[in-house]
Amino acid sequence: MNSNSPQPDEQSGHKPNNTALKLVIAAVAMFGFGFALVPLYDIFCEITGINGKTGGPVERVEQWVDTSRTITVQFITTNNAGMPWEFEALQEEVEMHPGAWTQVKFWALNPTENDMVGQAVPSVSPSEAAEHVQKTECFCFDQQTLKAGEGREMPLIFSLSPEIPSHVKKVTMSYTLFDAGAFAK
Amino acid sequence: MTTATASHDNHDDHGHHGPAKGIMRWVLTTNHKDIGTMYLWFSLTMLFIGGTMALIIRSELFQPGMQLIEPEFFNQMTTMHGLIMVFGAIMPAFVGLANWMVPLMIGAPDMALPRMNNWSFWILPFAFGMLLFTLFTEAGAPNFGWTFYAPLSTTYAPSSVTYFIFGVHMMGISSIMGAINIIVTILNLRAPGMTLMKMPLFVWTWFITAYLLVAVMPVLAGVVTMMLMDIHYGTAFFDAAGGGDPVLFQHVFWFFGHPEVYIMILPAFGIVSQIIPTFARKPLFGYASMVYATSSIAFLSFIVWAHHMFTVGLPLQTELFFMYATMLIAIPTGVKVFNWVSTMFRGSMTFETPMLFALAFVVLFTIGGFSGLMLSIAPADFQYHDTYFVVAHFHYVLVPGALFGIIAGVYYWLPKWTGHYINENLGKFHFWMSFIGVNVTFFPMHFIGLAGMPRRIPDYALQFADFNAIATVGAFIFGFSQLIFLFVLIKTIRGGEKATDQVWEGAEGLEWTIPSPAPYHTFAEPPHVK
Repeated sequence: MNSNSPQPDEQSGHKPNNTALKLVIAAVAMFGFGFALVPLYDIFCEITGINGKTGGPVERVEQWVDTSRTITVQFITTNNAGMPWEFEALQEEVEMHPGAWTQVKFWALNPTENDMVGQAVPSVSPSEAAEHVQKTECFCFDQQTLKAGEGREMPLIFSLSPEIPSHVKKVTMSYTLFDAGAFAK
Repeated sequence: MTTATASHDNHDDHGHHGPAKGIMRWVLTTNHKDIGTMYLWFSLTMLFIGGTMALIIRSELFQPGMQLIEPEFFNQMTTMHGLIMVFGAIMPAFVGLANWMVPLMIGAPDMALPRMNNWSFWILPFAFGMLLFTLFTEAGAPNFGWTFYAPLSTTYAPSSVTYFIFGVHMMGISSIMGAINIIVTILNLRAPGMTLMKMPLFVWTWFITAYLLVAVMPVLAGVVTMMLMDIHYGTAFFDAAGGGDPVLFQHVFWFFGHPEVYIMILPAFGIVSQIIPTFARKPLFGYASMVYATSSIAFLSFIVWAHHMFTVGLPLQTELFFMYATMLIAIPTGVKVFNWVSTMFRGSMTFETPMLFALAFVVLFTIGGFSGLMLSIAPADFQYHDTYFVVAHFHYVLVPGALFGIIAGVYYWLPKWTGHYINENLGKFHFWMSFIGVNVTFFPMHFIGLAGMPRRIPDYALQFADFNAIATVGAFIFGFSQLIFLFVLIKTIRGGEKATDQVWEGAEGLEWTIPSPAPYHTFAEPPHVK
């Protein structure tokens, strides 16, 4: 681009141009785009409803309860590698009607001699049920700080929206607990 | 007529007759032929280093059980083999061929940005020096696979990961500069009359490849920067404990990684599209459809990345979308294979060494393409994922695909570069040894993959022993055959039958109008293309 084409031709003219500059800008923009992908994936999945993530917290609204259907909700807890806490759901499963609000409890205990911060990350299976899980309160919304030896009951208040597809008979809500000490707020 | 050329720089002071003397010629050169030569030698060196690592891997896998190396070192070998072959051997070889041939094919005096050209080459030895030196550190080399999935490459990475990240940054900058140079050269320095749709296909495929590079190498730089920040600056892009997501890594990586696959094959398509018409003595069948097919492949390469991630737990609609989009690529690829075959149909074919490699390319790349189609079937991929079937697939497209394309191109243009024909007997010997070696190595991997042998594992169950032993024998045949290649190269550079200007009877194009060997400066006055 810093040299004049010896002869003009129909494609490229004969004046010096700024092709290289444009390409450098394009490369820098693509570097930025790489970072923009981080929120863009979330936005895209939210718009298309393929996120598989549960949102929240939501305002509690009294909604129509579909008493004709009963859905079994199971609770699973997992400790991420190296997380020493005791972490369990205090009930294995509950039966509930879509639209009804339910409270369940989880238990966490820090058996170590250090104060620790944990963060639970939720996941719902089948993923098409995820957008129908409404939580007003969840221990997973915040980091949990437990002193050495401290244990705590942690509540989860949620409902399944009445719009949940009728073929969904069983929903599994899984929580994985991470040591969030490096990210303590 | 103006005498301005793109190579007005220091060593032109020594006159337009030849290169400067001594080592500084190579350090300071801005001549596209010198830089092309350096790229090619660099990539050949990397081919031998990466190949040695492959032979270490295959030696360990010759028998079940652990015999030669520690599993940790095995992981370092698979990682470094992949990184060096992808970024050190295949990509620089294509850039080297582009440096040499693009100006000659479009009638340009040099690359448009000669000084940047020098930088983009000289970054590479430092990038790979940094990557390779990690082998000698206490932490060992990167061991998380060439795809460096988080958290393996972040939370659980050896401390050498930081050198790896900077190495990737440097080679990325080199590739981006090289790509910018190629685009600017093609857009601005074509000889009068050389319209876009008259450009040789090698130029076309590189033109499209360069755009892919500019689009995705910065994303690769972005993803390694995120890793760097996660490791050293307390961010949590890929750490769920801090609100990040390890699957995000795979999405961003493969957004780079899939176009990268085409970066490594499109220039080979171009080379083969030059060679087959020459030795079939017929113009390329379907020139325009070749251009459109290449563009379609480049476009599709941006919307298929998640087919590498079918097993991470994608929603059904997403799996279906990526499955169908991936299968769609078979259409433009099929157009290309059809055109190559049609070019040969009723041509007066001869089978010189470059043609043999080009023919092997067409056949064996197509096998790799078909196994790719099998992998694109999402439900089937759950069985194939991370097995040796995947290893067989991408080695078929990269070794008898990309690498054979490069070797074919080198044999095709070597008489133009050196002024000497190669010794055909030796060339054919190299071809047949490589052809047999590559198939003996990689074909059995289809079977052990379908039977369930996982990739990147240093040990395996007894039932895979026979095919692994065969593959190892093939790997040694293939690896040592490349010494014949080196021998032929050196022999041809030092002497041989004098090449004519046209070199090959059926060759057409501007590069065959200049003398053999190509003078240090060519097309100082642009040719006129009819």
